[in-house]
Amino acid sequence: MSTLSKAVVTVLGIDCKGIIARVSNVLWQHEVNILDISQTIVDGYFNMIMVVDVTAPDCSFEGLTDSLNALGEELKLQIRIQRSEIFESMHQI
Amino acid sequence: MINTGEILQTLRMIDREKLDVRTITMGISLFNCVSDDEKRLCDKVYDRITKQAEHLVKTGQDIEREFGVPIVNKRISVTPVSLITGALSSPIGVAKALDRAAKEVGVDFIGGYTALVPKGMTAADRRLIGSLPEALCETDLLCSSVNVASTRAGIDMDAVKLCGEKIRELAEKTKDTDGFGCAKLVVFANAVEDNPFMAGAFWGPGEGDCAVSVGVSGPGVVKTALESVKGQPFDVVAETIKRTAFRVTRVGQLVAQEASRRLNVPFGIVDLSLAPTPAVGDSVAHILEEMGLEKCGAHGTTAALALLNDAVKKGGVMASSHVGGLSGAFIPVSEDIGMINAAACGALSLNKLEAMTCVCSVGLDMIAIPGDTPASTISAIIADEAAIGMINNKTTAVRVIPAPGKGVGDTVEFGGLFGRAPIIPVSPFSSEEFIARGGRIPAPLHSLRN
Repeated sequence: MSTLSKAVVTVLGIDCKGIIARVSNVLWQHEVNILDISQTIVDGYFNMIMVVDVTAPDCSFEGLTDSLNALGEELKLQIRIQRSEIFESMHQI
Repeated sequence: MINTGEILQTLRMIDREKLDVRTITMGISLFNCVSDDEKRLCDKVYDRITKQAEHLVKTGQDIEREFGVPIVNKRISVTPVSLITGALSSPIGVAKALDRAAKEVGVDFIGGYTALVPKGMTAADRRLIGSLPEALCETDLLCSSVNVASTRAGIDMDAVKLCGEKIRELAEKTKDTDGFGCAKLVVFANAVEDNPFMAGAFWGPGEGDCAVSVGVSGPGVVKTALESVKGQPFDVVAETIKRTAFRVTRVGQLVAQEASRRLNVPFGIVDLSLAPTPAVGDSVAHILEEMGLEKCGAHGTTAALALLNDAVKKGGVMASSHVGGLSGAFIPVSEDIGMINAAACGALSLNKLEAMTCVCSVGLDMIAIPGDTPASTISAIIADEAAIGMINNKTTAVRVIPAPGKGVGDTVEFGGLFGRAPIIPVSPFSSEEFIARGGRIPAPLHSLRN
């Protein structure tokens, strides 16, 4: 099992229509498969965490980051993608 | 599977508590550049560094982006320059070659303009120490260190005297920037060979050809963790720091391994240091204050720092496969907003700082002192610190800045990570005759361990 292929997308900000659709669309364009989604809205604040598979050969992490950042600016949300090892190494022995 | 709470905790540590990796430092041996021809040596040094570290900065930036954790500095440490310039009449050319190479590869600093002289100085060591004012004045990214003492060898008081004089000269030569040149020079006792932190980084003669090491940070994370255990006994405080240090160090280990893999050079060490910055929420002093001290420097500060330093090591050591460097809490005055405030209001004196250096990882660090402080007093400050290091088997260091034309009540501004420092008074009583003696202070009895 290669753990190098997973990444975590986090989206934080004020809720509006179509956030999941727009983010999923960007991921789809970069051939990224979604493995898990959790999403909540607290006091109008949208909070989503996606675990995604970034192993696809055409997936450039840099390109994906740039696309998600651009979408974040457009929707006025904080969207970021990080390789999953940072979370695993901090919280798992 | 990673859970939501853990993900959010990591994001909070990075965003709000300023968790970062302070530095990725590539250590490069320069022994294969040795030549008795100055131009040839300088060319080889420049080529060796620019080739070996060509991708260092880019790799650091890639890791930063992909893992979402800031990597504040990318640095290079090299073989102590006095060891490769024995056949030259002056090491200045090498200083400039190092500076050019560092600029070419885009690193923040390069360290290793260094002499290791705990027992005595070679002619090359003397030339290097003698050249410090010129070398550090005429370069931008070069950092320097001199190891003047060790537990095994004692204290080289001739070197201590010389260093005091050169620090004064260096301050005068860089008086336009309040003596900033002195911020790039550390005088050590028991210097470590694999320290990734500046200004004291050099790549010791016992190291291999090349390796990458990482220095972690994270005072803000520790401070926030302690806010949740207000008023509880010290056992709880120590446990909380250990858990936090473990997490912080794991990030360092991950970054170090990833950098090693991508750069195709061995992984050196992770340095488990709590390195502060002048930013709010990134202060070691505020951790001590969180333990219940009104101001850093109040009675109890040394005990609080001892606990912190020890707990950081205990928590970090299991998180990394190779721990090294200085590994402890740093207490640089100008680089820590809590220290700056404590010094400004008079809570923190040079004497208290000296006591604190007995229990933390380094020494009197980034302390601005009056510009008219005699060289012999600076040497005596170095001798005191060296004695603490020698007797207690630990690294100690002095990085003081005698700010030209300024006195107690003034503040010097260095900017960026170097911060600002209120000038702290030194003893008005003379150490002139003490320093004039020269010679060596013999190694202590416990150096005879064989």
